[in-house]
Amino acid sequence: MFLLNSIFQDPERFDQLVSIAQSSLLPMVKGAIKYTIPLTIITFVLGLILAILTALARISSSKILNTIARIYVSIIRGTPLLVQLFIIFYGLPNLGFTIDPFPSAIIGFSLNVGAYASEIIRAAILSIPKGQWEAGYSIGMNRTQTLKRIIFPQAARVSIPPLSNTFISLVKDTSLASLVLVSEMFRKAQEIASTNYEFLLLYSEVAILYWIICTVLSIIQGRIESRLDRYVSK
Amino acid sequence: MYQNNNRRTKGVLDMISIKNLHKSFGDLEVLKGIDLEVELGKVIVIIGPSGSGKTTLLRCLNLLEIPSSGAIEIDDHLMNFNGKEIPQKKIVSFRSLTGMVFQNYNLFPHKTALENVMEGPVIVKGISKKQAKEKAMQLLSKVGLADKIDDYPFQLSGGQQQRVGIARAMGIEPKVMLFDEPTSALDPELVGDVLQVMKDLAEEGMTMVVVTHEMRFAKEVADEIVFIDHGEIVEKGTPNEIFTHPQHERTRRFLEQIQ
Repeated sequence: MFLLNSIFQDPERFDQLVSIAQSSLLPMVKGAIKYTIPLTIITFVLGLILAILTALARISSSKILNTIARIYVSIIRGTPLLVQLFIIFYGLPNLGFTIDPFPSAIIGFSLNVGAYASEIIRAAILSIPKGQWEAGYSIGMNRTQTLKRIIFPQAARVSIPPLSNTFISLVKDTSLASLVLVSEMFRKAQEIASTNYEFLLLYSEVAILYWIICTVLSIIQGRIESRLDRYVSK
Repeated sequence: MYQNNNRRTKGVLDMISIKNLHKSFGDLEVLKGIDLEVELGKVIVIIGPSGSGKTTLLRCLNLLEIPSSGAIEIDDHLMNFNGKEIPQKKIVSFRSLTGMVFQNYNLFPHKTALENVMEGPVIVKGISKKQAKEKAMQLLSKVGLADKIDDYPFQLSGGQQQRVGIARAMGIEPKVMLFDEPTSALDPELVGDVLQVMKDLAEEGMTMVVVTHEMRFAKEVADEIVFIDHGEIVEKGTPNEIFTHPQHERTRRFLEQIQ
């Protein structure tokens, strides 16, 4: 209320806020285009590859692969993402591995997505009826062919909604990369706010930008879902 | 690549020979020593109460279940079972001798009728897409679905889906067709079309092993009826022998119950 009152009683203050909002928009959008969006996309692709490998290890009959996958998922899911990022960026230099901010963030986020998405993919594969495997086998396919041609395409459809959630969470989680010095969108907002102390304005502005990105992604998600649903009765 | 040894007893006319086949799930012995020969071009119908092991026997024939012991020979390919793991390659090539039709169709829901039938020839047999498509269209028109080739399974009735299932199994050019209660999941009015397709196949000389509760089909089409109970073959014979002069009390009781 105080803010609103002060704005309406003081037209100069209002103009000042508008001008700060305008001038800060470009650096923030740049941060998004240069870091937030690439970080999200690269991480998601790498994370998904890792997730598929992990899911395959989890459903394989090899005890060793299974155990490795379990330990990996357990460690990643059982520790905070921020702590993981700090270990990679601030911790590893103690062992002589110095990694730049952006690659550090990519490693940290990919490992994270890989662990969470592997459980989604594993559950999706397990949700496909046993009869589908048998039908694949019955026309002479081996396990790999059946997995690739019959099970995966169906599991993909099942896993799109939860994977989209992972993706949208990832967009927002990339703001944590600001703490390992990646100049992404939220860090830009912090930098500008620290010079003019307009915290409410700038953090609200960056929140709106995140919201716009996530909304666009949700719309794309809906399109992909309806495309993959073409062979399912409604 | 198949084990050929001197223990073969399959007659020249036999397409399938099953020797002392056992299958256990844990402590439960489902098949207790099955011996059965199926001659080339004959239709065998397996009947029996639920839980008798008839479906398990059928699934053993294309190795969806791996028998615990015994031997199966199909068209000169012999498989011995002794509890040891069988290499996947061997299983896959033995499996391609038989085409399986499932009770619940198990069509691939993300593929059209045509793609369902093409999948085996293209992916497994490496036939060109063009050739496979032609052949798949032939098979689908043979089962009366020439106008449904681009439909997805969900757009088809149960009976139509099952006929696609039959075409898909035929697509891999099997020596033997196996039917696991192919009409049990169907509405009564849809059963006829599926049975007609099966009759046509039988008339063309396909060797068939059918597990079914359709006694009329059994009477009309079967060359031999095999009655299984508690994992054993109780009695086998021509439809006339089994249906009108059953020798065993268990067979009589089963037939009374279902009629």
